[in-house]
Amino acid sequence: MNFPILSSLILLPFIGALFLFFTRSSNDNKITVKYVALFTSLVTFFLSLYLWILFDQTTSEFQFVEDRVWIKDLINYKVGVDGISILFIILTTFITPLCIISVNNSIKSRLNEFLIAILIMETFMIGVFCSLDLVVFYLFFEAGLIPMFLIIGIWGGSRRVYSAFKFFLFTLLGSVLMLVAIISIYWITGTTDVTQLYDLGIDVKYQNLLWLAFFSSFAVKTPMWPVHTWLPDAHVEAPTAGSVLLAAILLKMAGYGFIRFSLGLFPSASDIFTPLIYTLSVIAIIFTSLIALMQDDMKKLIAYSSVAHMGFVTLGIFTIQQQGIEGSIIQMISHGLVSAALFLCVGVVYDRMHSRLITTYGGIVTIIPKYAVLFMLFTLAALGLPGTSGFVGEFLILMAAFKDNFLVAVLASLGVIIGAAYMLWLYKRVIFGKLINTELKKMIDLNKSEAFTLTCLAIPTLYFGFYPEPLINTIEVSINDLINKYNYNLASK
Amino acid sequence: MNNIELIFPEIFISLSIMFLLILGVFKKDGSKIVHNLSLLVLLITAVITFNETLGVDQRTLFNKSIVIDYLSSFMKIITLIAAFVVLLISSSYLKTFKIFKIEYPILILSSVLGMMVMISSNDLIVFYMGLELQSLALYVLATFNRDQLKSSEAGLKYFVLSALSSGLLLYGCSLIYGFTGSTNFNVIASQFNANEYALTFGIVFILVGLAFKISAVPFHMWAPDVYEGSPTSVTLFFTMVPKIAALTVFIRFLYVPFLNLIDQWQMILVFLSIASMLFGAIAAIGQKNLKRLIAYSSISHIGYALAGLATGSNDGIQSSVIYITIYIIMNLGFFSCLLMMKRNNVYYEKIEDLSGLSKNHPLLSLSLLVILFSLAGIPPLAGFFAKFYIFKSVIEQSMYFLAIVGLLSTVVAAFYYLRIIKIMYFDEEKESYDKDHGLWLKFSLSLSTLIILIYFIFPSQLIDAVSKINII
Repeated sequence: MNFPILSSLILLPFIGALFLFFTRSSNDNKITVKYVALFTSLVTFFLSLYLWILFDQTTSEFQFVEDRVWIKDLINYKVGVDGISILFIILTTFITPLCIISVNNSIKSRLNEFLIAILIMETFMIGVFCSLDLVVFYLFFEAGLIPMFLIIGIWGGSRRVYSAFKFFLFTLLGSVLMLVAIISIYWITGTTDVTQLYDLGIDVKYQNLLWLAFFSSFAVKTPMWPVHTWLPDAHVEAPTAGSVLLAAILLKMAGYGFIRFSLGLFPSASDIFTPLIYTLSVIAIIFTSLIALMQDDMKKLIAYSSVAHMGFVTLGIFTIQQQGIEGSIIQMISHGLVSAALFLCVGVVYDRMHSRLITTYGGIVTIIPKYAVLFMLFTLAALGLPGTSGFVGEFLILMAAFKDNFLVAVLASLGVIIGAAYMLWLYKRVIFGKLINTELKKMIDLNKSEAFTLTCLAIPTLYFGFYPEPLINTIEVSINDLINKYNYNLASK
Repeated sequence: MNNIELIFPEIFISLSIMFLLILGVFKKDGSKIVHNLSLLVLLITAVITFNETLGVDQRTLFNKSIVIDYLSSFMKIITLIAAFVVLLISSSYLKTFKIFKIEYPILILSSVLGMMVMISSNDLIVFYMGLELQSLALYVLATFNRDQLKSSEAGLKYFVLSALSSGLLLYGCSLIYGFTGSTNFNVIASQFNANEYALTFGIVFILVGLAFKISAVPFHMWAPDVYEGSPTSVTLFFTMVPKIAALTVFIRFLYVPFLNLIDQWQMILVFLSIASMLFGAIAAIGQKNLKRLIAYSSISHIGYALAGLATGSNDGIQSSVIYITIYIIMNLGFFSCLLMMKRNNVYYEKIEDLSGLSKNHPLLSLSLLVILFSLAGIPPLAGFFAKFYIFKSVIEQSMYFLAIVGLLSTVVAAFYYLRIIKIMYFDEEKESYDKDHGLWLKFSLSLSTLIILIYFIFPSQLIDAVSKINII
């Protein structure tokens, strides 16, 4: 048995959290506590980079597999990565330290507990992307609700209780049906091991219901229209670091789940339900973009834009073409970076002015120029300007969509235009225009840690915008294999 | 008399009760020593049960009216341990209300004896005898704080309704006796004629009586009032220990004589289970008193345990046993928290009294958080696994409707557990509670929290332990 690198990745943040739990928090050691958390998450990040280096891009097999008996005769603890999941793990480990750096003044009370919650969240998120057993996956998928509920509820804004409950109950309601489906799969096939299930295949007559059960969970988590309503509330009320985690990683669990489970396990059902996904995705793209246009709260606007972006992702996944799925994964990575950055940008001005309303701001370009530049970059990345990572994903998805269904692609492209409209309009109203609110003159530009986090996010956004090869190389073989299997299963039906 | 060693636990506990009674009468201020000796008795009985009976194959005694098998030994040990912990952590509560008397441990011991008889019963008469022995002790326990109106009311209510259910049960027994000619489970199994409708009536009456005892909907009305009115330490006892015994009787009564009539009783159990899960979850939402809330929550949890029994499979029985075991651990933790909510010799039991608990008592509220999430069945805590095994066995029998209703009611139930967490963590703090709790109280809270937290690391142990239960 080699060094269990994936289990270490899962456990490291948890050990850090345990360590924090046993250090008594007081005002003196606030800095220490933060450094401990940062150190843990950085070690995790470098370990995940090391994983990427060791990762063999030429095979679609699962790598670094660990398989241990967990519940005898029932469930094995099985983890492993392939091209699809590894990028999400790196995204998780990359975003978490930035979240921890961004926690400076916004969290006034119980910093220790906040960092524990974030680190435990990281453990669960890495677990979701690694797990190769349906029950283990469900375990991590659901367990993430606990820390997120607390993050929103304890450190959130004024309507935090409502939002935390809505988040928790919506997601739980979606997920319990998935649990029924998972147990049913166990009785139908005799295993919950994903790799075995790929080989065995699931009888076509069960697939539709099982697909719908998984869909109910992933649709809430993605979130797809019309069950997206928890997201704006959760985003608005969550503290900045919470919003970042939510937008950058939590939403990706569902996209990942669609690729890994819906396509992988239920090909014939996926084929049947593709029109449903197309419809919901197009509605999400256009409808929520229009809603975003009318928002006066910055966080809410970005939240709705997330729903629209995730609409592109689901659209791309269900084109079931190489380009579409590659585009979706790149779009998810890019959205992870960009939405995280945008929430951090909102957090920056919120920390200074304690308002998220767009009307509070205006004309701050001369007061905080550094901020204006970085915000500009991320605005452009969000609307998919060529040269940013947002472009690559959207372009690939639309290309695949045009091949498959002309109307859907045209409508989705329409969404890109509205997307550009609301992002640019947001930028114009916040940064440019006349300086009316004199309070704004007291604003100070980015401090070191803010500039650092935003730059850290800007570099990969630009780098992968110009040169997406590393991403595509990593995922290419796995996706190719997935699509081959999918078509093979569909044909053999 | 061979095999007499198999009922050593019962003999030992009944002799001890008599001895302790005499000791209590003749020794002045003997309550402390009787209390401690009772703890010892429960512990020794558990050890005897473990040594003498756990390993044996199925044996019957007294003309097959008592059966000793793995199920009975396992359930007895759980009963004894739960009663032990109840007694262990209730002393400071009893002292506060000045009801730290010799009767308390003796009544608990005698009800435990009744439960042990119930658990081992293989005969309707023996079963009824055990049931009455435990019930009579429980009536007195409910009124134990007799200076308080609510406690007397609780006891009276419990007595009247329980007597009614015992009457129904007895009527059912007589019908079954009338149509099979025997009260012995094995004889009934070989004698009954499935076409006799009166026999089905008998089963229904007995099921109603048993449903009363475990407070399954629609026979649950007594539970919230009795749980609220009784002293908290007695409520703790009520929510767990009698249910273990009643559940065992449920298992034995349904699966030994009447397994072939599964078509008749399965529907009843499915209904009881669905009604309990849903009603327990919905009715708990409006509660303001923690004890009432836990009453509804226990109704809902019993619904899940019944769902396992409704499957008619060995897997289902095992999952129910796992469920009730994990439920007991969670319940112990929850009540340990409740017994810690004390300030200036007053115990608080409203939900608002938990407001902002996390600021003053971070560890206590963290434990309660873990326990509540586990009660709500959120992974990776123990409560999730309990539900997982239940639904695994339910779906195995293709009872999808039951599974889906059950899981949806967990979502409803999650709401009121979250509400408590919200009050603890999101609301403004109040005055802090006393911090000098008894060692055993702290011990039971931390142990149950720890078990709930790390259960997912060793899930196989409990499964191994119950996998020897083989009824069918």
